[in-house]
Amino acid sequence: MSEHSISLRPPLISGDKTLGDVTRDICAPMDRQPSALWWWAFIASVMALILGVVTVWYQIATGIGTWGLNKTVGWAFDITNFVFWVGIGHAGTLISAVLFLFRQKWRTAVNRSAEAMTLFAVMCAGIFPLIHMGRPWLAYWMAPYPNTRGSLWVNFKSPLLWDVFAISTYLLISAVFWYVGLIPDMATIRDQSKPGLRQRVTSLLSLGWDGSARTWHRYETVYMLLAGLATPLVFSVHTIVSMDFATAVIPGWHTTIFPPYFVAGAIFSGLAMVTTLMIIARKTMRLEDYITLNHIERMCLLMLSMGCIVGLAYGTEFFMAAYSGNGYEQFVFKNRAFGPMAWAYWTMVSCNVVVPQFLWIRRVRTCLPLVFIIVIFVNIGMWFERFVIIVTSLHRDFLPSSWAHYSPTIVEIATFVGSFGLFFTCFLLFCRIAPAIAIAEIKGAAHLKKRPASSLVSKEKVE
Amino acid sequence: MSQRILVATFDDEGDLLNAVTAVRRQGLRIEDAFTPYAVHGLDHAMGLRPSRLTWVCFVFGMAGAVGMLWFEHWVAAVSWPVNVGGKPWNSLPSDVPVAFEAAVLLAGFGSVFALFAVSRLYPGKQASVSHPGSTDDRFVLVIEETDATFDLSAVEQLLQTFHVVDTRELIREEGHGS
Repeated sequence: MSEHSISLRPPLISGDKTLGDVTRDICAPMDRQPSALWWWAFIASVMALILGVVTVWYQIATGIGTWGLNKTVGWAFDITNFVFWVGIGHAGTLISAVLFLFRQKWRTAVNRSAEAMTLFAVMCAGIFPLIHMGRPWLAYWMAPYPNTRGSLWVNFKSPLLWDVFAISTYLLISAVFWYVGLIPDMATIRDQSKPGLRQRVTSLLSLGWDGSARTWHRYETVYMLLAGLATPLVFSVHTIVSMDFATAVIPGWHTTIFPPYFVAGAIFSGLAMVTTLMIIARKTMRLEDYITLNHIERMCLLMLSMGCIVGLAYGTEFFMAAYSGNGYEQFVFKNRAFGPMAWAYWTMVSCNVVVPQFLWIRRVRTCLPLVFIIVIFVNIGMWFERFVIIVTSLHRDFLPSSWAHYSPTIVEIATFVGSFGLFFTCFLLFCRIAPAIAIAEIKGAAHLKKRPASSLVSKEKVE
Repeated sequence: MSQRILVATFDDEGDLLNAVTAVRRQGLRIEDAFTPYAVHGLDHAMGLRPSRLTWVCFVFGMAGAVGMLWFEHWVAAVSWPVNVGGKPWNSLPSDVPVAFEAAVLLAGFGSVFALFAVSRLYPGKQASVSHPGSTDDRFVLVIEETDATFDLSAVEQLLQTFHVVDTRELIREEGHGS
C-alpha cells in the first residue's frame, strides 16, 4: 500500500542513491577543498563581521548617542534589526519542529541548515538589545538573582523581561534540538573519517552513539518531545516580541492582532531566508540531488501562504483603525501610508504582498533565478515591515510640537551589516564542518535503493 | 563468564524487520539491533515498550512552570512588592509567559539529559566496533546465544531467507554493553 502512496509524490531525492551514497555525498563537502565561491563569500562575511565588531566597540565606548535616535523616536534601527533576526530564526524551528509533527518528510533536506540558521539568527538578534542597553557589561542585571540592592528583583510584569526569558530559552532549546539531531550524524562522520582531529572531535560529540535500536527508540521519543516543546515555544517567543509593542499605549502598536501578525511575519521572513540559503547551498555545495526543485517549490508554497496571511494582517490593521473611531489610531495609519515615511510602507507592501503573488504560478516556483529574486524581495520587505511598525508609530506622536524625523547614522548601518557578517561567517563555517543535511533523517525518509549486488560482493571480499 | 553472540548484517531495513520478527517468533533473544537511522516499526518488532521519557519531560515541565510561578509570586508580592502602574502585586496572567518559558526550558533539557543517562551516552564513550557500517548503510542484528539449545546452523538458515549479508559469532567477556 505504501508503495502506491509514495508513487504519487516525486521522490524525495533524485539520482538513484544508495544509503552509502547518501553518507558519502553529504560528507564530501567536508573533505573537499572549499570552492573559490566559498572563499569569496567567507572573506566578505568576515570583513563585514570585523566592521561590525569595530562599530559595536565604538558605539559602546562612545555611547548610543552615536545613533540617530531622538526624544520622539526612541526605538528604531536597533530594535528593527532585533525583530528582523528573531523572525528569521523562527522558520528554522517551523521546519524542524512543526513540519516534523506534521510528518512532512521533505523537511529532512532542509531542516539541518534551517536549524543552524535559527541558532545564528537568534545570536545576531540577541546582540542588538545588548548594545541598546548602553552598558552591556551590566546585562546580568536582567537575571533575577539575589543582590545587594535589597534584593531588588526584576519586573516580571514587563514584556521586555519576558523577552529576556523567551529569547534565551529559545536560543538554548534551539541549540539542544540542533545538537540532538546532530548526534547520529556525528557518529556517521566519526566512522567515516580517518584517525585524526576530526575523528577525535566527532567521537567526543557523538557521545559513543552506535545506532542501537533501543537508543533510537528513546531518541525518537525525545526528538518528538523536543519538537512538541519547540512548536509552542516559537509561537510564544514572537508573541512576546510583539507584546513589547502591543502592551504599550502607542497608536499603531496597541492592537490585539499583533501576536498572530508577528508570528506569521516571522515565519514568512524566515522561510525567505531559508530559501535564500538553500539556493546558495545547493549550488555551492553540489547538493542538487538532495535539495531538489520539489523542495524549493514547497518552500515557495509555504511562503505564499504566509505572505497572504501577512497581507491580510496589513489590511486588517487599516480596517480596525478606520472602524475604531479613534482619531489617533486613524492618523497613525494615514501617516504610515501617505506621510513622510510612505516610501518605506509601500516598499513593505510591494515586497511582502505583491511580489509573492507571482508564486501562484508554477513556472515561477520552479525557476530558481526567479525564486531567488522573490525571496530577496521578501527579505527586504520584512525588514521594512519592522521598520515601518516601529518608526512610523513613533515619529509623529500625540503632540505635533514633538514630531520628529528619524534617519539611521552610519554607525547603525555598519552594525546591521556586521550582524550579517556574523550570520554568514557562522553559516559558512557550519557548511564546512558539519553535515549540511541531516544524514540519518534523510536516509529514513527517502526510499533508497539497495546496495548494488556487485559492490556488495567486492566489499565482502575486502572484509 | 563469557557470552556468545551472533552478529547478523543486512543491507535493507525490510530484511532486518522481517528477520527480527521471525527470530523472535523462534523464541530467540535479541540483544539489540544497530541501524543507520530510526527504522519505523522496529520498536514494535523487537517488542520495546513505549519510552517512559515522556514522563520525565512532563515532570520537569511541571516543575519549571510551578517553580517559576511560585518564584514570580514570591518576588513580586512577598520579597519586595513594587507598584508597577497600579497593577496588583500578585497578578497571575503576567506571570504566565515566563513560567511557560521555564517549563519549556526544563522539560527540554530534562528529557535530553534523561535520554543521555538512560542510553549511557556521554562524551568520551567509545562506540563498539563489533558492527561496522551500522552508522552508514548496514543493519546489524545481535542475537544472544544464551540457550544450550541454540542451533547456529538453523538460525543461519533462517536468516538466509531474509538475505542476510554476513553472520559472525563473537565471544564477549562479561560486562554489558556490546
